[in-house]
Amino acid sequence: MNVIEVEGLTKYYGNFLAVDHIDFEVKKGEIFGFLGPNGAGKTTTIRMLTGILRPSEGKIRIFDMNLREKMLDIKERMGIVPEMANPYIDLTALQNLMLVGRLYGMKKGEIKERCVELLRLFGLYEKKDKKVRSFSKGLKQRLSLAMALLPDPVLLFLDEPTSGLDVMSARLIKRVIREENRKGKTIFMSTHNMADANELCSRIAIINHGRLVAIDTPEKLKKIGERHTVIELSLEPFKFDAERITSADRIELLGDKVKIYTRDADSVIKEIVDYAKKEDLKILSLTTEKPSLEDVFVYLVGDKSE
Amino acid sequence: MSSYISWVIKVSSLASQIGRSFAIAKKDMLIFYLKGPVVIMGLLFPLFLFIAFLIGRDLSHEYLFVALIAMTAFFTSTAVGPTIIPWEARSKTFERLISTPISITTVLLGDMQASFCFGLIITFAISLSSIFLHISLNLLIFIPAALLSLLTFSAMTILMSSYPPTDVPADVMMLSSLVKFTLLFVSGIFVPLDKLPGYARAITYISPLTYLVDALRYSTGLNGFIPLWIDFLALFIFGILFFALGVMVHKRVLEERFM
Repeated sequence: MNVIEVEGLTKYYGNFLAVDHIDFEVKKGEIFGFLGPNGAGKTTTIRMLTGILRPSEGKIRIFDMNLREKMLDIKERMGIVPEMANPYIDLTALQNLMLVGRLYGMKKGEIKERCVELLRLFGLYEKKDKKVRSFSKGLKQRLSLAMALLPDPVLLFLDEPTSGLDVMSARLIKRVIREENRKGKTIFMSTHNMADANELCSRIAIINHGRLVAIDTPEKLKKIGERHTVIELSLEPFKFDAERITSADRIELLGDKVKIYTRDADSVIKEIVDYAKKEDLKILSLTTEKPSLEDVFVYLVGDKSE
Repeated sequence: MSSYISWVIKVSSLASQIGRSFAIAKKDMLIFYLKGPVVIMGLLFPLFLFIAFLIGRDLSHEYLFVALIAMTAFFTSTAVGPTIIPWEARSKTFERLISTPISITTVLLGDMQASFCFGLIITFAISLSSIFLHISLNLLIFIPAALLSLLTFSAMTILMSSYPPTDVPADVMMLSSLVKFTLLFVSGIFVPLDKLPGYARAITYISPLTYLVDALRYSTGLNGFIPLWIDFLALFIFGILFFALGVMVHKRVLEERFM
């Protein structure tokens, strides 16, 4: 059963096409990752799915209801962590949670019970009466997720939930996302963190320049790049002329290393050895591997953006 | 039967949204009542304006009381509202707020209640001065006039905060101050309506404050210039118009707040 169905979704900001006729479905109980570089259209899509922006074209059905027609009914069953959306810094953590409970029409006793449960889960109980102004970014994001979970929604939208967080907060948030998904929640998560997407998501859609360029499970997406090999090379002294490696599909300079994507590893390695010999360079390391999800992402997004 | 059920659902949904607007109002009270611009524009400014009005004039207690209450009601109930949404947009809390199951009308209704309560508490506290000024106040006129005008002025702040869709509270404060002072100076507070020439009197009718001043004059035993029922009707119509227009403009420019 599909929880979200999107058909021909399009958004123009004036003449600028931010989201270009995208179609996808999110199935009940899955963690759906929405990946893309900055400015690809992730947040605009989430804002349309959460009813904040009105699509220029296309249809959105959530829980088998038309979003524009049944907005409030749908929102009653959704929890949202918007990108860069802060809790109220002049309120305490508890006041922020109480406010959300009341906005969802929950009963006072129920709100209090849920607040205690979530404050403990996110390690915020001792700080419940402190104003959020004094919280670190990690604590604010924990509170933000707690606010989204307070009404126990069946569908969660998370826009960059672990972006810029300390390791402990990021780990805690990922653990909670997994647990909530295990309890049956459907999660729509945008991120540009490949490791998070690989670790958490059952399916991933990749968006670039407002268009969906791929949509599949992480493992199947990795297969897109299977015919490619990634060669990582380190030379001493470090000197590299990309034009000399003619069999490469794509070359990236990463500090004192070079990453080469190719469909013909044999020719590239021969060219590298030849180049090193002619320039009198020492090959410190040369490794070959199959592309990771990040490599596939770079391949899909990079190719299109160049 | 099905139309009865759908009517019941609509009424219960409306009641639920009104209930949720109280939560918005409470949040606004906790956050905005003690913000610097609110204290300055809502408390200090009318106080100094009233002192400037008082000094060097030989005015009756009733006349002073009308001016004091009208200025207090006007400035206090318009101090909070204009800044709330720009402030929320700036501190990135607005998106979360409107992504919860409440309509934009509910948000604005909550903001309006916060403005109203701020005005109500201070105006009624200041109105106790009538005891010390030995004014025999007709409460049957005073209370409804004060309540209705506080609602109208609070609704006016919804319109004030709607355009431009900025996230800079100072921009809205500046524009709203411009509007407020214009309405104040054409309201009959400083010069009674019956002493104004015809063209100037016609201008005063565009200010909702005029109708409060006139109703307050009736409540203190002074002569009013406009029939009392018109004062009430005009305040009511202004209130409805301000809120309806405010909601309409807010809905229209909502997307611009996220661009």
